[in-house]
Amino acid sequence: MRRWWSIFPGWVINLVIVPAASVVLGFGVAAIAIVATGADPSQAYLALFQGAFTNTNAFAETLVSSIPYVFLGLGVALGFRAGLFNIGAEGQFYIGSLSGVFVAYSLHLPALLLIPLSILAAMAGGFLYAGFAGFLKARFGAHEVITTIMLNYVSFLLANYLVTTPGLMLDPHTRTPRTPYIDPNAALPIIIPQSRLHAGFLLALVAIPLVWLLINRTTVGFRLRAVGYNPGAARAAGISVATTTVLAMGISGALAATAGIVQTLGIQHVMTPAVASGYGFDAIAVALLARSNPWAILPAAMLFGALHNGASFMQLQTQVSSDLISIVQASVIVFIAAPAIIRWLLRLREGQVAKVAITEREAISSV
Amino acid sequence: MTAALELRGIVKTFGELRANDGVDLAVEWGRVHALLGENGAGKSTLMNVVYGLTTPDSGEIVFDGRPVVIHGPQDAIRLGIGMVHQHFMLIPPLTVAENIILGQEITSPPGVIDLETAGRQVSELSQRYGLEVPPRARIESLSVGVQQRVEILKALYRGARLLILDEPTAVLTPQEIKGLFEIIRNLVAEGNAVIFITHKLGEVMEVADAITVMRRGKVVDHTTPQQSTPADLARMMVGRPVLLRVEKKPAHPGDVRLEVKGLVVHDDRKQVAVDGVDLDVRSGEIVGIAGVEGNGQNELVEAISGLRPAVSGQVLIGGRDVTRRSAKSRLHSGLSVIPPDRHRQGVILELPIADNLVLEDFDQPPFARWILRNLRAVFDYAAALIKQFDIRAAGPAEPTGSLSGGNQQKVVVARELGTNPEVLVAAQPTRGVDVGSIEFIHRQIVDQRDKGLAVLLVSSELDEVLSLSDRVAVVYRGRVVAILEGEEIDRDRIGLLMAGGAAA
Repeated sequence: MRRWWSIFPGWVINLVIVPAASVVLGFGVAAIAIVATGADPSQAYLALFQGAFTNTNAFAETLVSSIPYVFLGLGVALGFRAGLFNIGAEGQFYIGSLSGVFVAYSLHLPALLLIPLSILAAMAGGFLYAGFAGFLKARFGAHEVITTIMLNYVSFLLANYLVTTPGLMLDPHTRTPRTPYIDPNAALPIIIPQSRLHAGFLLALVAIPLVWLLINRTTVGFRLRAVGYNPGAARAAGISVATTTVLAMGISGALAATAGIVQTLGIQHVMTPAVASGYGFDAIAVALLARSNPWAILPAAMLFGALHNGASFMQLQTQVSSDLISIVQASVIVFIAAPAIIRWLLRLREGQVAKVAITEREAISSV
Repeated sequence: MTAALELRGIVKTFGELRANDGVDLAVEWGRVHALLGENGAGKSTLMNVVYGLTTPDSGEIVFDGRPVVIHGPQDAIRLGIGMVHQHFMLIPPLTVAENIILGQEITSPPGVIDLETAGRQVSELSQRYGLEVPPRARIESLSVGVQQRVEILKALYRGARLLILDEPTAVLTPQEIKGLFEIIRNLVAEGNAVIFITHKLGEVMEVADAITVMRRGKVVDHTTPQQSTPADLARMMVGRPVLLRVEKKPAHPGDVRLEVKGLVVHDDRKQVAVDGVDLDVRSGEIVGIAGVEGNGQNELVEAISGLRPAVSGQVLIGGRDVTRRSAKSRLHSGLSVIPPDRHRQGVILELPIADNLVLEDFDQPPFARWILRNLRAVFDYAAALIKQFDIRAAGPAEPTGSLSGGNQQKVVVARELGTNPEVLVAAQPTRGVDVGSIEFIHRQIVDQRDKGLAVLLVSSELDEVLSLSDRVAVVYRGRVVAILEGEEIDRDRIGLLMAGGAAA
């Protein structure tokens, strides 16, 4: 039985139809949960939508929330393309904030120098931090899932230590545990007046084509994909799997770290002791939903941004817990992970829906 | 006499591909029925239908006179159908007896495996059919030939009366093949039936009572070894007359291009796999390595390629010592390698043909400037190679995974020969490749030899080694036990040497 949508080329099916169907089904599953709590799903979803979109400020806030998801999603996706499951985006996020904020409060330079310098510092920090996990894998065979999870804790505790210890990063002029405020020149400018939407959104929009270019049009990206698809063949062709692994983890970490510093320079302007933001873990879902395609990261990140942003309004309006969005996210991932369900629902022929790649599958099974 | 198995009009499609297109087959009790065809002809699909691994779109299966529906291997086993896959389904750390009873354990008291009885039953079965196995030995300690016997016993233990053997000789020595054929004879003498899947003509002529030839999902003909010659069978398989022998002129060897001196290499378990090998390959000659798989050939190839460190000894390419050089540097100094395992090492199925053709040179000009790839140069180069090496594909952008095995292998061959190397190490260059592509790949290798290429050929297909090589080195347990030339190259003699017999 052929349906009208089987006329679409494979990439449309894989990148648009299947994720869209997964999202719709995800909302459907969550609706059952809402009904189970005695509330009305249509009311809840209406409030969720209102909270995320229905006025300039709400929409701006949705975009604000989506900014870290873009960088983190790109980072995790790039890891997937190299066959690596970077589950440490959360930790690299903090390392990025830490190393970037240090530059941003210590130096007094014009904005055009200070902002790029802070971001570069953050990227360098994230590169080294995640690259270390890559090194452990390349040199000792330590699985990156284990090492990056462990390094998450290291980064939280490191951040707390640095931020609360006098003589280190603690602001000497206050009793609250926090770093000094960043130099005003380091703050990312607001791009929509009366909102919190800052220039980090523009950076995110630039990062997407750059990462696409890196993966698809450079020799580095080619090495990374070759190793991700088939390390044996890459190695036999003279590509160093070890170097590529370190590099891919490093770049992945640098992107995750950018999320951290952009959040700090754009919103907080200071760093306080780390509490798990959850961003790093949601980012895995963003990358999965986008099928590790850089372009698709944007809509995926915006969806997560909207859920994140609309959830509190939904709770306020309808008393449906904002934790409900976790159910939406989780069921979306289940449907992405089980393409057979979508294939069956849409009556697509075998082969039209690409199976989830090995590392992504690994990601799904271990999340 | 009732037929053991009758298939009527079996159709199985995968998308656009008609893997089985109305196949009829009748196998009789007490007979060896060979199912002959190239890779992709539909043999395996047909047998998967019989064994319940896939369901046909239409068609009838009649087993021992009764129409049956087979939903899964459990159904097949219950009926008395057994299958020995090309890749064994054994658990290496468990013993022979444990593997055989796995899934059908005898327990006494309930819940406790009665290995005593199991061992006795296994011994009885093995004596009855002349299938000698040590019931208490661990699988991992046994040779491939013995492991295969365990697989056969496993099927018999489950009550198989119709036994399907999928390419059973691929991993055996000539002597082990003789042993297998004896076992097959014993089995059918007791009234069982055997379906023997193969693409090797010689074996069909030797062991089969009846032959069914398949091509592109259809049965081309039913025949017997008495009615058809090997040349007839080859023509039926391929659809056109085939040269069974490689035509080549006498070699004119020049300078030594590849030299291996006292090479010692470890395998993954740190055991000596290559044990002091000396070899040299001259320009304009093909040196074949004959040996049963797993006697150090892969480690030797990897050590020459730079993928595995040499514990001691040297590798020289064009007179330069490259023992400590990386794989990349060797590939860029005149060495080309066709790796033994196409899917693990040869090509990246997900990438386009073009990317696979430049897998070793993607970061060199003109394919890249600084870190930016020049895709136009890559695609132009790929288009030229696709034409030159007759790769049947829609174009350079087609994913390599959608090509047939033969065309995938041509991609590897094109990449390796396209750089005009000094030395070619060709490991299993035609494994899993159709007859047409085998012919083409052999032709390319011989032509390049005539132009001065030094070729080291490693193959577990003895026929391939015999027909291409100017000299043959026989390896056994990591050592070169003999190097034969000209008249000395004799099938039986090599077979004995491969099995560890002393040089006659």
